[in-house]
Amino acid sequence: MAAISRDDVAHLAKLARIEMTPAELDHMASELEQILGAVKRVQEVATAEVAPTSHPLSMSNVFRDDVVKPSLTNEEALSGAPAKAEERFKVPQILGEE
Amino acid sequence: MTNIHSTAAEMASALAAKEISSVELTKQHLDRIASVDGKIHAFLHIDNAGALEQADAIDKKRASGEKLSPLAGVPIAVKDILAQKGIPTTAGSKILEGWRPPYDSTVVAKLKEAGVVILGKTNMDEFAMGSSTENSAYGTTQNPWDLTRTPGGSSGGSAAAVAAFEAPLAIGTDTGGSIRQPAALTGIVGVKPTYGAVSRYGVVAYSSSLDQVGPFARTVLDTALLHEAIAGHDERDSTSINAPVPQVVAAAKRLDVKGMKIGVIKELSGSGFQAGVSARINESIELLVAAGAEIVEVSCPNFEYALAAYYLIAPSEASSNLARFDSMRYGLRVGDDGSRGAEEVMSATREAGFGKEVKRRIILGTYALSSGYYDAYYGSAQKVRTLVKQDFENAFAKADVLISPVTPTTAFKIGEKSDDPVAMYLSDIATIPVNMAGIGGMSLPVGLADEDGLPVGLQIMAPLMQDDRFYRVGGTLEAALLSKWGKPILSNAPDLAGQK
Repeated sequence: MAAISRDDVAHLAKLARIEMTPAELDHMASELEQILGAVKRVQEVATAEVAPTSHPLSMSNVFRDDVVKPSLTNEEALSGAPAKAEERFKVPQILGEE
Repeated sequence: MTNIHSTAAEMASALAAKEISSVELTKQHLDRIASVDGKIHAFLHIDNAGALEQADAIDKKRASGEKLSPLAGVPIAVKDILAQKGIPTTAGSKILEGWRPPYDSTVVAKLKEAGVVILGKTNMDEFAMGSSTENSAYGTTQNPWDLTRTPGGSSGGSAAAVAAFEAPLAIGTDTGGSIRQPAALTGIVGVKPTYGAVSRYGVVAYSSSLDQVGPFARTVLDTALLHEAIAGHDERDSTSINAPVPQVVAAAKRLDVKGMKIGVIKELSGSGFQAGVSARINESIELLVAAGAEIVEVSCPNFEYALAAYYLIAPSEASSNLARFDSMRYGLRVGDDGSRGAEEVMSATREAGFGKEVKRRIILGTYALSSGYYDAYYGSAQKVRTLVKQDFENAFAKADVLISPVTPTTAFKIGEKSDDPVAMYLSDIATIPVNMAGIGGMSLPVGLADEDGLPVGLQIMAPLMQDDRFYRVGGTLEAALLSKWGKPILSNAPDLAGQK
């Protein structure tokens, strides 16, 4: 397994939307290397003939009746918003201004 | 006389007999919190007014002759990962500081409906990621047995609150041992029910294929009473089991294990476990034999891979679950100065709002799920999960329940493992297989280790949806231990209010 570089961690942090400092990136690279070294043991027994388990209970497609039920009011739903305007969540600019 | 040292069952009967009011009982607990929580730091939020109001409402209902639930008027502490309407809910994270949920989680709604008085919200490792509460953004909880040690985690605040007599009951969550491990380290009973037995609606999600809510108490019967109060199908949680709840209260009262087969897991005994831990486990086995149980040895050869698989599966699911903390709809928002776009604000917020361990697991999970690595890591871990399930199936073909220690050691010192993630992860080695298979497990206090005088927990595991079995075995063993000791295990803990 290739070593985890600082650039690798920077890419992962970008994917995960976490703006890490250079010092954090360095630290995380060495820790990740250590943790991956410990967890890659799973590959010793994970052979082709073993089926994967994604969930402990065998259940699929749990449906309910399509009936409207009481839910949060607009005011309640917005009660924790960092910013709001005109009964909506107010968010920073999403598309670039050209 | 009923007081904070009584069991929840005793409190419930005294309340029913009107020997004490819920307001008096609630005040006793709030006073206890005021006098000892400065040392323990079990609580992140104490709801004095709300608790007394709820207690008063129950007293009035009782006075008017209304039929009440078994635990009506008894106080409880709730892990700060369950949403409670209008009450701060942080999951131990700065990113949720100040958030007051606009709704109740199903478990909180059920507690309110049953008249259980909610005293406050308890400390935890941030987003339940940790085994010591040291990853809380709001400071560490101290173990009531020794303030220099951790109470375990992630539900360490709930366990410490019960062990310190700040509450007779508490709610926790268990993804890899987060109820059982702190119960073991503080000398109380903790149960991780079968996956899907208790609704997770309104519980901040960590690893959705593993997370489960469960009860803490000081006795097996109290734990069972709380278990029955919170379990059951909920259409708002699509993974909740639509089947009758096992009769755990009746099982806890049965006090008989004659003819039961108890499997001792070879791979979770002997070397790797502290001598004082093994000694107490072996004594428990002798008591179970004396009570008429038959002991068989079972082998679970794939358990040694479970820890590694867990630390791929849980971070992978966490990296996806924690994407919701995007600073747009609730929680922290940092750097929104009008010049920065949404993605920049999101990244700055997550950098500022998440702690070190949370970032570590998000990055690890993002890596394990990325293209080119998915099969080697996440895919392999899911295969290990199948092997662990098969080990349990083979073992349960030979035994009704399985037993092991809960933890390799007694409570460790605060700071001892905080700089070594892999060493910290090892404290979950005996609890993780249970979550991987989705089965239920109990941590029962079985004595103190000779070398340090700290509590030891025995883990009792049962097949899927057979949670009544570990209550039956736990109740029987608890009674045998109590008659041997002559007093409850917690009477050996320091008196926090005094100078002892």
